[in-house]
Amino acid sequence: MSSNPTPSELLSELTQAAEKQWQALQNPAVPVIYVGHATCGRAAGSQETIDGFRDALAEKGIEAEIITVGCLGHCYAEPLVTIHYPGFPPLMYQKVGAGEARVLVNSFLQGGEDPCFEYLLGALEPNDTFPTLMDYPRYLYEKRVIMDQCGLIDPHSLDHYLAVGGYQALAKALEKGDKWVVEEIKSAHLRGRGGAGFPAGIKWDIARQAEKTPKVVICNGDEGDPGAYMDRTLMESNPHQVLEGLAIAALAVGASRAILYIRAEYPLAVSTIEDAIAAAKEHNLLGERILGTDFSLEVSVFQGSGAFVCGEETALIQSIQGNRGMPQYRPPYPAVEGLDGLPTVINNVKTLSTVPSIVRKGSHWFKAIGTEKTPGTAIFSVVGDVEYPGLVEVPMGVSLEHLIFEVCGGIKDGKPFKAVQIGGPSGGCLPESELSTSIDFDSLRQAGAMMGSGGMVVMNDETCMVEVARYFIDFTQHESCGKCTFCRIGTRHLLEILTGLTKGEGSDDDIAELQTLSEETIIGSLCSLGKTAPNPVLTTLRFFKDEYLAHYREHRCPALMCRDLIAYYIDLDACARGCDACVACCPTEAIFTTSNRKKAIDQEKCVKCGECVYACPPEYDAVFKVSPPEMIPDQGIKPLDEKKEENNE
Amino acid sequence: MVDNLEQDQEIDLEEERVLDAIAAELPGISRDVHQLIPVLQKIQHIHGYLPLGSIGMVAAHFGIPGAKVFGVATFYNQFRFNPPGRHPIKVCLGTACHVKGGEIILENFTRRLGIEEGETTKDREYSLERVACVGCCALAPVVVVGEKIESYVTPSKVEGVITEIEIQNEIAEREKAKDEQQSDSE
Repeated sequence: MSSNPTPSELLSELTQAAEKQWQALQNPAVPVIYVGHATCGRAAGSQETIDGFRDALAEKGIEAEIITVGCLGHCYAEPLVTIHYPGFPPLMYQKVGAGEARVLVNSFLQGGEDPCFEYLLGALEPNDTFPTLMDYPRYLYEKRVIMDQCGLIDPHSLDHYLAVGGYQALAKALEKGDKWVVEEIKSAHLRGRGGAGFPAGIKWDIARQAEKTPKVVICNGDEGDPGAYMDRTLMESNPHQVLEGLAIAALAVGASRAILYIRAEYPLAVSTIEDAIAAAKEHNLLGERILGTDFSLEVSVFQGSGAFVCGEETALIQSIQGNRGMPQYRPPYPAVEGLDGLPTVINNVKTLSTVPSIVRKGSHWFKAIGTEKTPGTAIFSVVGDVEYPGLVEVPMGVSLEHLIFEVCGGIKDGKPFKAVQIGGPSGGCLPESELSTSIDFDSLRQAGAMMGSGGMVVMNDETCMVEVARYFIDFTQHESCGKCTFCRIGTRHLLEILTGLTKGEGSDDDIAELQTLSEETIIGSLCSLGKTAPNPVLTTLRFFKDEYLAHYREHRCPALMCRDLIAYYIDLDACARGCDACVACCPTEAIFTTSNRKKAIDQEKCVKCGECVYACPPEYDAVFKVSPPEMIPDQGIKPLDEKKEENNE
Repeated sequence: MVDNLEQDQEIDLEEERVLDAIAAELPGISRDVHQLIPVLQKIQHIHGYLPLGSIGMVAAHFGIPGAKVFGVATFYNQFRFNPPGRHPIKVCLGTACHVKGGEIILENFTRRLGIEEGETTKDREYSLERVACVGCCALAPVVVVGEKIESYVTPSKVEGVITEIEIQNEIAEREKAKDEQQSDSE
């Protein structure tokens, strides 16, 4: 018998202290305050919240511990705060600003008298007094595999991650060996979460069997889709899970080098990951001879410089090599010949984050979640006009309707649902009739959309589909690397036609051109950027053709969104004498006082920003939008003659 | 006119200083061309932009044509070739922000500051940029002012953001004047 301790034994030494600390945190002697402090929390003002707690606690002389945690994905409720007061279950509060923090300190933390039900979201544990988070559909219907610990542990604490079972999968993988890991991932049928859905196990196997060495694994965190931010959240909220997945992938393919490719626009994700790498190295979980074995892994971070196309794996490799990020012809696939000609496995952040759970709990556990063809969960960033926007993790195979209406609470303010845009610039817009579509790679593709990166924008009847298509083509046109003619010039031409339409210019020929040019761009492009760029145009043409026709035939934007085709006016009957709310807010001073001391809009000066609609007090609600602009009713408006008024007085 | 001329001269002088600093640092960096993007990022991180003169220096360092460095630098959205303002303003035009009127917000900044996107005001106080997505989609529309993320931005809030900076500048100036007065009287 060898006297060398096994990886598991070495790990459990590390874990013991961490668990003890974690247990103490679960039964705290002083109140513990957890504040969600990832990018979205910060945007909502979590720094002010933390300062508010610190100041109020210091004033009252109360001893409490403040721990910053990552993001729970419930963006509508940020800043989120969990307070664990001794004797109470951990309670989660929503929208806690500096003021609310002070109230919580005064009423609750000082003696535990009043737990402030008015800000309470729910308790994290079942109990007799408080409703739990599980009583809300947003929590109940979610199935958390990848985001299991996000928002509950401190991303800067390796101990927290160790205490909740962290790095056990790595220890297990080190003991069972590379072949076992590849087989397990293959049998789990884990499909790449980056968008294409290629089986990760097969990719790993190809690289494992490649002869050239050294091999490289790359974590693709170049989340360029405007409207998706789950990769950022995972890196910011549970960085060690990403690193553990990356290390297991490296072990499986026999790589000695790992690179995390992260967007430069995500500075917090970069620094969080860098801290996590340093901590893991220090404890022999990365770096040389990991957990006492022969397996060594050098891990580094490469910052992407903001090019959407670099999410494509060959372009990503080009950019690491110091070139313009232009996709290359495949084969050879990177798994055979990638970075500097070495076998390279590139996996998305979500894919790698799923790996530790599969290795720890087994492929059978994983296959029980989701559908047969696509087991596991999907993370969507559901944004736009839903009641509870944020990151949602649901099992594969649930319907879009379930996700939007039951999990995310339906459309905000009771407005009608119009369309959902799935998969970002590569995806498509689906109307109400397609809501029964099941969420998985194949069904979405059939419907004309795409899983893509998981961006999902829900739109109500105030969003113009022509404008949405124009927006996405504008984006892909700008982000096209310029290699393929159709992607470079075709998208430009599409953009010109669509821009014309949003101004009311166009003809039947243009619509036909949109269709054929879109189809040709798909055929004539090398990488997925060009192959999917026309999807938003094709799906909106298919499902919302009426809107296209209204734009150029009637010069009307049915959603009242295209600014060249709308006009604002103030209804004199509804407008209140002497109220100046709209005048003060107008950025171009387009609003004037009429002869009967009400307000009207000078159409020449108006830039149609819509600010007066929000400024008008709800009891009057006097500002209206019409399309086409000629629809403004003639109210016989005359400006107030101030000189005459002065003379009268 | 005189003002502009002075400002332009100031910028030229500053650019010279920046180029000197880059020349001093480059020799310490690996000549492996894999380092090209990290080096450009480092220059921009320290100095806020890539002066055109730095392109040739970087090319010479790696022993590659200047056209290649310029090609790479212009390919990626991150790199800029004019100095940013003291208060860089980035308007998010991601999908969610766009649907909620990000374009209108950008237009309001353009009108308020009198510069187009990608430009810097003459006094170098503000610069205006559009970004694809900062990943705070649930708080749309979003604007990043300096390091701070402003959520649920409206045209009035645009006015508020600029006014806040102006007020803070004024306070700083007054305190500076006060300090000077005090030191004078001493």
